[in-house]
Amino acid sequence: MKKRSKKMSSALLAGIVSVTALLSACTSTGGGTSASGGSTDAAASQLDAIKERGTLVVGVKYDTKLFGLKDPASGDVEGFDIDMAHALAKSILGDESKVELKEVTSKTRIPMLNNGDIDMVIATMTITDARKKEVDFSDVYFQAGQSLLVKKGSSITGIDDVTADTTIMAAKGATSIDNIEAKVPGVKVLQFDNYQDAFNALKAGQGDALTTDDAILYGMAAQDPNYEVVGEPFSDEPYGIAIKKGETTLVEAVNKGLADLKSDGQYNEIYKKWIGKEPVTN
Amino acid sequence: MLDFSILTEHFPDYMAGFLNTIKASVFALIGSFILGTIIAVMRISKYRVLRAVGAVYVEFIRNIPILIVVLFFFLGLPSLGVRLDGFTAGTLGLTVYTAAFIAEAIRAGIQSVPQGQSEAARSSGMSYMQTMQHVILPQAIKLVIPPLSNQFINLIKNSSVLTIVAGLDLMYFADIISSDTYVTFSTYIFAAAFYLVLTLPLSFAALALEKRLARSA
Repeated sequence: MKKRSKKMSSALLAGIVSVTALLSACTSTGGGTSASGGSTDAAASQLDAIKERGTLVVGVKYDTKLFGLKDPASGDVEGFDIDMAHALAKSILGDESKVELKEVTSKTRIPMLNNGDIDMVIATMTITDARKKEVDFSDVYFQAGQSLLVKKGSSITGIDDVTADTTIMAAKGATSIDNIEAKVPGVKVLQFDNYQDAFNALKAGQGDALTTDDAILYGMAAQDPNYEVVGEPFSDEPYGIAIKKGETTLVEAVNKGLADLKSDGQYNEIYKKWIGKEPVTN
Repeated sequence: MLDFSILTEHFPDYMAGFLNTIKASVFALIGSFILGTIIAVMRISKYRVLRAVGAVYVEFIRNIPILIVVLFFFLGLPSLGVRLDGFTAGTLGLTVYTAAFIAEAIRAGIQSVPQGQSEAARSSGMSYMQTMQHVILPQAIKLVIPPLSNQFINLIKNSSVLTIVAGLDLMYFADIISSDTYVTFSTYIFAAAFYLVLTLPLSFAALALEKRLARSA
């Protein structure tokens, strides 16, 4: 039986390979055009392209309270990440209104950046070694830590209460999944398209706790007082601004902008406006 | 340009999702066929109440997005005290949704057999059941097979809706693979190939069956 299923799966593998070979033959013309389009772009730097265009196209979250949230009534997107985008537009283009926001999720932000749909990603994105292979990062612009959100009165009061029988909600593609799986081997993780979907599932009782960075969890707890953030953060999540790989001049321009914001006190103002306290200085 | 290491390295993930997609599709296929047939019979019943119930079901369900049907089972039912996991909620939503379309296909097939056939059968002494069995249904089935096989193919493709309720289907794992590896194009092309492994044979089988039934006429 085992042998047969192995044989079947290798037959299936062969089938998949041949079907996809066919598919890729059909699509190779399209792929070729876009590849050559990309190489012409690479000749001029992204920073020049931004200056020529006169607007900074920034990928931000639309579903994350405090960082990037679309107000359904006014249609405006607001949050810490959005204020950072405007401040950087002022630094790079001299006008803080020259920003075009595009919605990204944890799942779409790197593909959209690499496709050239956006100039940079300011979307609660943790700097990791794996991501550094795909994109370049600016200096840390926000220091967060992973924590847990539970319904008030839950038996879970911190990471130590999470066992292999606990069901954890998370967003697809988030680093928090690797962290919690390393801390609690065998823990059941349900992954959703975004934090709002994950939070809705938690509210419907489909799991025990939601995990991601505390900064995002505090936003959810503010949205629904029946939920609270428990325990101390159990990881360091340094947020960086992601930029297409190899665009060194843009990374430098962003880092200079960040340094200026921090030295003239504007960074502290934005931080206090959203997080409600002064940033911890290290 | 296709990154085959995605397929070979994540083959167990693809397989896990593929098997769940098959499972969800088979359950939903059987369920929606039974439910759809019942609704179709209600819609052509001589009792007004049954006709009305069938019509409300079909018009209500087929005119809303499947996403909402599935979210109802996943997020809505818990507030009524019934909690279903993502796979069950997704499969149930898929069943309820597809049944509306299947009911319409079956009803249209039965009703497109001319009234005279039924009248002739009844006047030559056949009962209602005999008329259905020997006269109406054999003719209706030829008309129903093409739209029905379309619905079954749609059902398999629609099963990808399970991903939004963490239903552990093929699409769910494809999403995770693409998030983990940042290789978007290849990941979804392979996922598409797995769907084709299911839908293409079904498509060809339906075509062959259609031809055979046409000959036997």
